[in-house]
Amino acid sequence: MQKEMAYSFPDEVLKHVFSFIQSDKDRNAVSLVCKSWYEIERWCRRKVFIGNCYAVSPRMVIRRFPEVRSIELKGKPHFADFNLVPDGWGGYVLQWIAEMAGAYPWLGEIRLKRMVVTDESLELIAKSFKNFKVLVLFSCEGFSTDGLAAIAASCKNLRELDLRESEVDDLSGHWLAQFPETCTSLVSLNISCLGSDEVSFSALERLVDRCPNLRSLQLNRAVTLDKIANILRRAPQLVDFGTGNYAAELQPDVFSNLAGAFSSCKELKSLSGFWDVVPAYLPALYSICPRLTSLNLSYATIQSPDLIKLVSHCPRLQRLLVLDYVEDSGLEELASSCKDLQELRVFPSDPFGVEPNVSLTEQGLVAVSLGCPKLQSVLYFCRRMSNAALVTIAQNCPNLTRFRLCIIEPKTPDYLTLEPLDAGFGAIVEHCKDLRRLSLSGLLTDHVFEYIGTYGKKLEMLSVAFAGDSDLGLHHVLSGCESLRKLEIRDCPFGDKALLANAAKLETMRSLWMSSCAVSFGACKLLGQKMPKLNVEVIDETEPPDSRPESYPVDKLYIYRSVAGPRFDMPPFVWSMDEAVKILH
Amino acid sequence: MSPPLLGVEEEVQSSVSSPSVECISENGIGLKERNYLGLSDCSSVDSSGVSSNLNLKATELRLGLPGSQSPERETELCLLNLGKLDEKPLFPLLPSKDGICSSSQKNVVTGNKRGFSDTMDGFSEVKGYVYTEKSWMFHEAGSDSESPQSVGHGKYPGNSGVNVILSTRSPGVKASVKQDEPANVLQEQPRATNGTSLKQTVISNNNTGAPAAKAQVVGWPPIRPFRTKTLAASSKNNDEVDGKPGPGALFVKVSMDGAPYLRKVDLRTYSTYQELSSALEKMFSCFTLGQCGSNGTAGKETLSESRLKDLLHGSEYVVTYKDKDGDWMLVGDVPWEMFIETCKRLKIMKSSDAIGLGNYLVSRSLPKNVIKSIITFVIHHFIDKCVISFCFCFFMLIFCLTI
Repeated sequence: MQKEMAYSFPDEVLKHVFSFIQSDKDRNAVSLVCKSWYEIERWCRRKVFIGNCYAVSPRMVIRRFPEVRSIELKGKPHFADFNLVPDGWGGYVLQWIAEMAGAYPWLGEIRLKRMVVTDESLELIAKSFKNFKVLVLFSCEGFSTDGLAAIAASCKNLRELDLRESEVDDLSGHWLAQFPETCTSLVSLNISCLGSDEVSFSALERLVDRCPNLRSLQLNRAVTLDKIANILRRAPQLVDFGTGNYAAELQPDVFSNLAGAFSSCKELKSLSGFWDVVPAYLPALYSICPRLTSLNLSYATIQSPDLIKLVSHCPRLQRLLVLDYVEDSGLEELASSCKDLQELRVFPSDPFGVEPNVSLTEQGLVAVSLGCPKLQSVLYFCRRMSNAALVTIAQNCPNLTRFRLCIIEPKTPDYLTLEPLDAGFGAIVEHCKDLRRLSLSGLLTDHVFEYIGTYGKKLEMLSVAFAGDSDLGLHHVLSGCESLRKLEIRDCPFGDKALLANAAKLETMRSLWMSSCAVSFGACKLLGQKMPKLNVEVIDETEPPDSRPESYPVDKLYIYRSVAGPRFDMPPFVWSMDEAVKILH
Repeated sequence: MSPPLLGVEEEVQSSVSSPSVECISENGIGLKERNYLGLSDCSSVDSSGVSSNLNLKATELRLGLPGSQSPERETELCLLNLGKLDEKPLFPLLPSKDGICSSSQKNVVTGNKRGFSDTMDGFSEVKGYVYTEKSWMFHEAGSDSESPQSVGHGKYPGNSGVNVILSTRSPGVKASVKQDEPANVLQEQPRATNGTSLKQTVISNNNTGAPAAKAQVVGWPPIRPFRTKTLAASSKNNDEVDGKPGPGALFVKVSMDGAPYLRKVDLRTYSTYQELSSALEKMFSCFTLGQCGSNGTAGKETLSESRLKDLLHGSEYVVTYKDKDGDWMLVGDVPWEMFIETCKRLKIMKSSDAIGLGNYLVSRSLPKNVIKSIITFVIHHFIDKCVISFCFCFFMLIFCLTI
């Protein structure tokens, strides 16, 4: 009798309970309990996250979740950020928008990453969704300011328009003026990616004026320093602000105006932008520095002394993005001033130069690891590293969740012992038990993969380049890393064996990218044939892979699990290894 | 494709390398079939040319310091002894931990539980056409005598699951371990003359030597193009310009009228207009060969490749570029160095659309456009004096108004 009570809850009660469950993982677990819970859950799911837009078709999503209000899609593989994925590969969002336009009239939020968004798609969004609120285009491309104008004009309740790092075709700067005078709902606006002529400043000022809830505003490079004060005074409630150009001739009245404007922003916690910085204007920020938790100076070509001065005013800093001009000395200062630091990213100022142009070495990172025990996320570009330093970092920061090290010259060994850096990275995975993301570089043998396979049980994303000796390396990773979702490999001598031996593992992962490795065309075909739930795609821009012997290695290989079968929008240089497609050909 | 393969068979029998991997020679390791499915039936697997010492040691995970392993472990690690891995569960029965929808999640788990080998058995007789391709015949000739049956008919032997014929990657891999120079594997492997891989092979050559003139590896260091562009622009503003364009890739978009999508080219990989032109030709010939994918945008044209060459070299298409000021110019007028510094975007357009470019600057300012089109209009179409003088007066009027 007691068992039956569980099933006698009315649906409404269950729905109400489920509404408190936000995480996708939990929702998925809920839907597995029994058929009725599956049904109830699918009708009340409002947010869907699709990590690979080709893993499922729009129709399937719509069929299962009929009442979605918010959708997030990711398209191209991560290595597309580094020009490894040729243009035209795919990731078109139009078909998704078209299907959702009919099925989800109340769709309010669309978040896209690395997808191709055309003006047609944007116009369709503007036309179809009456309650549209949030559009985030992260690292997208294919659209112009005309599409943005359509969004601005039609979306009466737009709350968020975030175009970070996208490529926008500049046609006209007047799209901002398309926001109707009645639009007062903006909370977040990020136009930092736009070029010089793409923003009408007066329209921007008026928009900022009439949106009292604006919390986050990132301007583009065209906005000059003297205009910042105007904007800030219109929006003193800002929490997150991205400047435009931060350079101008030093003039006392401009300076004091700027300093006053900043000090009036009592909620400001996060700063970014800072293109072309004139250091003399940095002290204008001092009034807000004590409250700052996030600072992105990664485009600011300012030298270490100025950086040190600024950073020493920010004791609450949790997140810092900076160029390697900060040098070891700057990082040591950071370590002593900012004890709350959680995330550090150091980018190279001269990545293609042969000789180092700044004095930034592994010592800087070691200093930060010593001084900032809460460090969780690291992205560090440097030119030399040692196993000893990595071991020290690992021991000092056992809470690391993301560790990405890029030693600029491929296959650089430990500069002290000239050995591979296997032990160092091994220490990282061993001590940092919660490590979720790891990027390797330097001279590495199969041993490092042994360590990763043994200790990296929570590792979800691994990026490998110019590493390893043999298939055993790949085998260690595929067989050992239980939580692995994304694996991307370039220029490693991994061939067919490990891949074929661990074919089933690939179905538990989101995707695998291998380029300039040693996987033969025959193995790709075999994989595609035998694993119907995987899409095995070979990318070759020079000639069809079947015009060469089967043993020939493929140039680029992208394997991802999918319940939608092979895709139909492949360009001529992408070949699907799926059986069905081959028969059609 | 058969003639080259026939010629290759002899080569294979002597040295194990594939025709393309000439420099890697192996002794005593023949091409052999591998059983990847963890099946206990190894009888059809081992060929005579293979050392059958399944090294138990090789499959233990030992985590000493680097260098503490016995060297023999490394050299035997490759294809031979992964056969030993058959005894371990190669297909871990891991439930999916990712947030995939429940129905497919169920299937994944079930599929795993059934085991890969069962799936393969199901396919054993069916999809054999893969193996009837010529290249498999090539392997047959190279492998030893007990396996030709299974290979020659291009089907899976019914009883023991799939025997997968290992490609000749393996000797390459093993060679890499022996030589302790993994880079060379990449270097010597057959590669199409793809700009990307060329660069990569060069960089792998450079790993020990002093990088005097550093070759550019595509996508390395891993920095977003947005950042490199921004940095390049900032450094131009700040530092003194020495006249030489800085290092780093210089990607510009290339569009072509009628093509369904844009391409990007790295101008730094070319040093003359001729190189750029032939690269563009190659890139865009696929659009006109009727191979466009169906993403629903543009239609297909079905021209032959030679016709495209005529088109590009002839009078139908011209290559234009957009410079820093936003003006569209004909490619080829300025020295190459100056061109790559000012070029922001390329466009391949029909000659008929390109009248007025080159010597004339097509700028965004409307009056200039108007003046130019009036001049063209007048000169080409009207010979009558009256009309010319009328137009001239009209032109002067507009000119005065716009000043």
